[in-house]
Amino acid sequence: MSNEAVLHASVGAHHEAHGDEHHEHHQDTFITKYVFSQDHKMIAKQFLITGMVWAVLGGLMSVLFRLQLGYPESTFPWLQDILGKWAEGGKITPAAYYALVTTHGTVLVFFVLTAGLSGTFANFLIPLQIGARDMASPFMNMLSYWFFFAASIIMLSSMFVETGPFSGGWTAYPPLSALGDASPGSKSGMDLWIISMALFVVSSLLGGLNYIATVLNMRTKGMSMTRLPLTIWALFFTAVLGVLSFPVLLSGFILLIFDRNFGTSFYLSDIFINGVGALPNEGGSAILFQHLFWFLGHPEVYIILLPAMGMVSEIMSVNSRKPIFGYMAMIGSLFAIAILAFLVWAHHMFVTGLNPLLGSVFVLLTLLIAVPSAIKVFNWLTTLWRGNVRFTPGMLFAIGFVSLFISGGLTGIWLGNSALDIHLHDTYFVIAHFHIVMGVASMFGMFAGIYHWFPKMYGRFMNNTLAYIHFWVTIAGAYMIFWPMHYQGLAGMPRRYYDFSVWESFKQFGELNQFISLVAMIVFAVQLLFLFNFFYSIFKGRRVTTLNPWGANTLEWTTPIRPGHGNWVGEIPEVHRWAYDYGKDGKEFISQDTPIGADESHH
Amino acid sequence: MNSEIDKKPQAIHPHKFTLWVAMGSIVMMFAGLTSAYIVKKNQSSWLEFSLPIVFWYSTGVILLSSATIQLAAKSFKAREMRRYRTLITITALLGLTFLALQVWGFVNLEQNNIALTGSKSNSAASFLLVITGLHMLHVLGGVIAILIIFARAYVGRVKNYSSLPIEMAATYWHFVDVLWIYLFIFYNWIG
Repeated sequence: MSNEAVLHASVGAHHEAHGDEHHEHHQDTFITKYVFSQDHKMIAKQFLITGMVWAVLGGLMSVLFRLQLGYPESTFPWLQDILGKWAEGGKITPAAYYALVTTHGTVLVFFVLTAGLSGTFANFLIPLQIGARDMASPFMNMLSYWFFFAASIIMLSSMFVETGPFSGGWTAYPPLSALGDASPGSKSGMDLWIISMALFVVSSLLGGLNYIATVLNMRTKGMSMTRLPLTIWALFFTAVLGVLSFPVLLSGFILLIFDRNFGTSFYLSDIFINGVGALPNEGGSAILFQHLFWFLGHPEVYIILLPAMGMVSEIMSVNSRKPIFGYMAMIGSLFAIAILAFLVWAHHMFVTGLNPLLGSVFVLLTLLIAVPSAIKVFNWLTTLWRGNVRFTPGMLFAIGFVSLFISGGLTGIWLGNSALDIHLHDTYFVIAHFHIVMGVASMFGMFAGIYHWFPKMYGRFMNNTLAYIHFWVTIAGAYMIFWPMHYQGLAGMPRRYYDFSVWESFKQFGELNQFISLVAMIVFAVQLLFLFNFFYSIFKGRRVTTLNPWGANTLEWTTPIRPGHGNWVGEIPEVHRWAYDYGKDGKEFISQDTPIGADESHH
Repeated sequence: MNSEIDKKPQAIHPHKFTLWVAMGSIVMMFAGLTSAYIVKKNQSSWLEFSLPIVFWYSTGVILLSSATIQLAAKSFKAREMRRYRTLITITALLGLTFLALQVWGFVNLEQNNIALTGSKSNSAASFLLVITGLHMLHVLGGVIAILIIFARAYVGRVKNYSSLPIEMAATYWHFVDVLWIYLFIFYNWIG
């Protein structure tokens, strides 16, 4: 009932009262179909493609600052041609370097791996996999995208202001973020940064509210919570994390805006700026911002990671032709991760003067995350174990995700110790850890999802050969870039430094830095190959000719090859079983909408 | 795993459910701010001052408005449209009165040389401004929602008898009311 009510209320006059058979939208114009669309599938594609644009920009930024790190002595005249005064004489200026690392971080964390990842797949998969015609509120869903779009435009425009974009690091710690006089990037670039991020928070909240309401209220008949595919569970917990943590970030930002623009002293105290003099602000605490920031910031890493985990679970089960191992344990561990995500934020602040006793509590809670993480890894490996594995591109990226998650997760145990953190904090060890476990791993989850669900999105397949090249170069490259950084970090090489060649103790890493930069450029080039594959396949890819090309159980494969708004022609299928009946009773797979047979063994 | 889902008739409307989740989200924002308040209060140079008396009046006003919107929803369901219109108008006016009283409170503080912003301000007063101001924005959102519902009762060709909008507005209105009560208690006795 509610399913129909929502869709009809929003699509309104186009529909007849019993609209089940009438989901063709004859009155759809270009604008309502491709631009201000309320169809969750189109909104998903909008998120995906906007995310891709940001991924290219953010990736390009990393190539540029790796150029500086790898070749600090060289000049590249062409850089001046494209960057102008930011690369005077063909060398990236220190100000531009900080602007690049800051924007790279902000864009990749928020715009690519939050909006691009969960925005895309929550929108695309939730209604399709739970058997709903659309989201609980398609209109809010549309708003969610357009807030993200506005945030994107503002962030983009901040790169073109005279004083440059914000350059105080993606965490935007005060006083650099609170005082316009503190650095060139703290002027209008920071104003635009904070407006953009506020809009982004609104976008995430609108999206998250919708995902939660949809999962809990709009499931088709028979789709109990314990029959949901793990993708949906993961996206659900992601949305819960977002809805509970983004408002806290927003409150931190609001206080920051007051400090910036209205002379208050929430974060500022006893500051002297060269050329300006002593500031009147008194009694503020910069650490307060860190608390508010990391209360979001830590759940944020799970907002990024959980969707990838969910998709990997699903893709791995489908392509091993085996039920997922430990379905309930998978849900339990997602739940445990979601709870712990809120209780560990201070491990980002071990060296801020945190009470050591309090620190030890956060160490314990942080290390506890290893338990659900290990459960998940165990279950993925046991799902693969003796499976009839099909190495599709999606599957390869899913396996790659597990590999990266293990490698990056293990270094998390190091960093979770407050004693080790005294040495390791703010070094390349941290960079290596979070890039592998959160950055690259989640990108792999995203790639797995794109390759796997591309046939459902566009009715065509992506090219496999290009996909295999993409996978092998990317996984080899990811390890070649980030593995050496662990050694650099252990040797004490700090992050965010502009030029290491002037330090006697870091000179030894000159050639290693060159190597990392070279690999980074190759990996970036291969991502362009992926983009070519993606856009080429939308128009020219091999056509999907069967409803269920992967032989998967979930409901999205019961829709037409190119589903319209409303997803199913006729009634929404009823669900009779969980999503993982693979290789049961001699049958290769049994779709969720197949009724339980009389001769069926235990289910 | 064999529990059939057959609860559709009494299931909560998805929009209502979304509102509840949204309220949870707003609670987190104020929880973040009031936690920051406590952290800040326990550090050096915190200015102690008493709340303006007018906040007591505004508390009374918002409590009263909660009663009027509840009665408005009740009359809507009973199809007493005239009474409904009167009550919803009163609610909106009470909401605006509440906002005006809060502003008056801030003016009072400024007159007593307690700077809310600027270089002479103490974060104790600034916190009061930011937290109360954010709550005022949420009340303003409620007033706008009420005005939209009110306008819809007159404009439009199709008569709509769904009580969903007014029920949701009432829920939200009670929520901002309770939120203010929490903040009021927090300022006076906890924080």
